[in-house]
Amino acid sequence: MKHIISVLVENQFGTFNRVVTMFSGKGFNVSSLSIGETENPEVSRMTIVTSGDDKIIEQVVKQLNRLIDTIKVVDLTEAHTVQRELALVTVNYQKSTRAEIIDVCEIFRGKIVDINNKSMMIEITGPPEKIDAAVNVLEPFGIKEMARSGNVALKRGEQLSKENSE
Amino acid sequence: MTSDKKNMSGADIFFECLKMEGVEYIFGYPGGAVLKLYEKLHDVDFLNHILVRHEQGATHMAEGYAKATGKPGVVLVTSGPGATNTVTGIADAYMDSVPIVVFTGQVPTHLIGNDAFQEADIVGITRPITKHNFLVRDVKELASTIRKAFYIASSGRPGPVLVDLPKDVINSECEFEYPNEVEMRGYKPKLYGHINQIKKAATMIQNAKRPLFYVGGGVIMSGGHRELHLLAKETGVPVTMTLQGLGAFPMTDKQSLGMLGMHGTYWANQAVNNCDLLVSLGARFDDRVTGKIESFANKAYKIHVDIDPTCIDKNVLVDLPIVGDVKHVMAELASEINQMNDLTDWWNKIEDWKNECPLTFESNDGRLRSEHIITKLSELTNGNAVVVTDVGQHQMWTAQYYKYTHPRSNLTSGGLGTMGFSVPAAIGASFGVKDRPVVSLNGDGGFQMNIQELITAAYYKLPIKFIILNNSFLGMVRQWQELFHAEKFSFTDLSHSNPDFKKVGEAFGLKSFSTDNPKDVESILKEMLEYNEGPTLAEFKVVKEDMVFPIIPSGASINEMITKRLDPKEMM
Ligand SMILES: Cc1ncc(C[n+]2csc(CCOP(=O)(O)OP(=O)(O)O)c2C)c(N)n1
Repeated sequence: MKHIISVLVENQFGTFNRVVTMFSGKGFNVSSLSIGETENPEVSRMTIVTSGDDKIIEQVVKQLNRLIDTIKVVDLTEAHTVQRELALVTVNYQKSTRAEIIDVCEIFRGKIVDINNKSMMIEITGPPEKIDAAVNVLEPFGIKEMARSGNVALKRGEQLSKENSE
Repeated sequence: MTSDKKNMSGADIFFECLKMEGVEYIFGYPGGAVLKLYEKLHDVDFLNHILVRHEQGATHMAEGYAKATGKPGVVLVTSGPGATNTVTGIADAYMDSVPIVVFTGQVPTHLIGNDAFQEADIVGITRPITKHNFLVRDVKELASTIRKAFYIASSGRPGPVLVDLPKDVINSECEFEYPNEVEMRGYKPKLYGHINQIKKAATMIQNAKRPLFYVGGGVIMSGGHRELHLLAKETGVPVTMTLQGLGAFPMTDKQSLGMLGMHGTYWANQAVNNCDLLVSLGARFDDRVTGKIESFANKAYKIHVDIDPTCIDKNVLVDLPIVGDVKHVMAELASEINQMNDLTDWWNKIEDWKNECPLTFESNDGRLRSEHIITKLSELTNGNAVVVTDVGQHQMWTAQYYKYTHPRSNLTSGGLGTMGFSVPAAIGASFGVKDRPVVSLNGDGGFQMNIQELITAAYYKLPIKFIILNNSFLGMVRQWQELFHAEKFSFTDLSHSNPDFKKVGEAFGLKSFSTDNPKDVESILKEMLEYNEGPTLAEFKVVKEDMVFPIIPSGASINEMITKRLDPKEMM
């Protein structure tokens, strides 16, 4: 099963490498990994999408915790989360398909960020499933290049009471 | 005081830190990147630098010192090849959770990444085999990094820590202040087990009809042998030990079943197979212990006490995990347990297994055997020597026949199985232990892997007893070839390619002996044990083709245990 694991680590030389080395050394798989600073510049957040049975995921979490530079590890899979990924997709177009592509772009609330006489670059953000769907639809037009940022996720704020929500 | 702090060089700070950590010995070897440190070392008087002959030797010496004393061992080497030579020892320390701190020189920070002379990315290389490692990039971080390094190495589940020291960091200056406390938000080892879990465990132990304590190296590392003794005596539960656990409980005690696992005793393995409660104390369910996982202690509830949560449910799913320092947990367990079931039936069963298949060896044919030598050594030292073995058949025979009575007596490379461990590790142990004899037991193969360190032992006049059980074979590999590889004795016969070990010993300045006669064993061992002015060496030419029994083949269950050679061939 797919799991999203959020890891707070010391923003230090080599920390990223340590996590990656651990994953490869233990034979855990990684389908996406993103890292960036948090509200505290001394702390980075890694969002790791991995998969495995319960026993493997338990080991993944424990092994992450065991690293000296890890501050906190949370498996977000079961939690209410906001998930976002960013994709840049360069698609070929012809006169005949140009309007259609712009339509698709709008449906997915994407933006056209670059264009020349053969291709255009579309920026799409959203949960990974939305990106998957957009990529599926764009595929037939001919995707020239694509870059995906990997998933980032945060837990939604706790709902305090009825009045406070929405 | 704070106002008149003066600037100090990185090199001075380095030694000031070692002083604060109470370091007595550094095992090291100089080179370009650490010349400044060696310049200072020349005038440092509060610690002893031990000059080794190969950096691998230095790491094993640090391990031997750490295992024998419980204090972290310290290594200092130069960059590049000096650093890469430490890799095997670091990996060994990682697998067996030995606290060592390895300082490596590094090229100046501005040259890092430039393929500079004697540059190696040792932090990258050792990342998967250290508990943690550091590259110090600013002299201002030096003191706090060293403080952290010692703390990490020796707390929680111990392990090796490497600190990489670029040349310019050592040469630059800053104010020196040694932090009183270490604060790392990501690292807080848990000492005390959860009391509710401990209470549950106590109830399980009280209700068990066939309980068994399965004891690992964690008990020795935590200094919990007294707590174990108390717990065992209070409950009357049988105790079996892993290779690293030997010595945690006296093997001469009738509650000891000896070692379990691949070369464990028949009765210890039967007890595992038939117990209804297995209490793992500081052990990690290693595959050399469990064999086939599905059939390991499959009639038992399992309690697992370990300070490292990653060890729990890693190989074997347990019913009750307790994360904490096994010493504390055992003390709490002992105080929670009031009354036990009558275990007479259980003990009778164990007694039957003991009689069914005792540990024996041929002792009447006039030929010299390793088991005989180890038994004699055990008798002559009352099981109270520090016995440092290498890897192979002699290691397993030692585990079976040396009756350890004290913790920190059995020093051996278990997890990594590193040939070449014994000679240097015995040297490290000998620096740390002065009140008990230190014996280094070797096969003829492994003895040659760090043979260069004999001169270190001789130079420092360490009274180590080096023993070579020479069967003219890479014995353990030969055994597997005979049992599992169609008797193709491929590249394991050393009969025509071994040196004259007695002459080797003499060349290094050791008082040396050699014999193939069982009658000489006692007198030679006695002479070695009585001689304390320096190291001695004895080569015992033993039977060539003996095998270690019992053996459970790798990945098999205990029912597949082989207890003797089926078709004894003519010996050469
Ligand atoms: C560095 C290293 N290389 C290879 C091995 C594989 N190995 C395990 S036991 C063994 C044979 C050891 O022979 P010897 O030192 O003569 O001891 P014996 O088994 O005869 O007691 C070998 C080669 C190892 N454990 N370590």
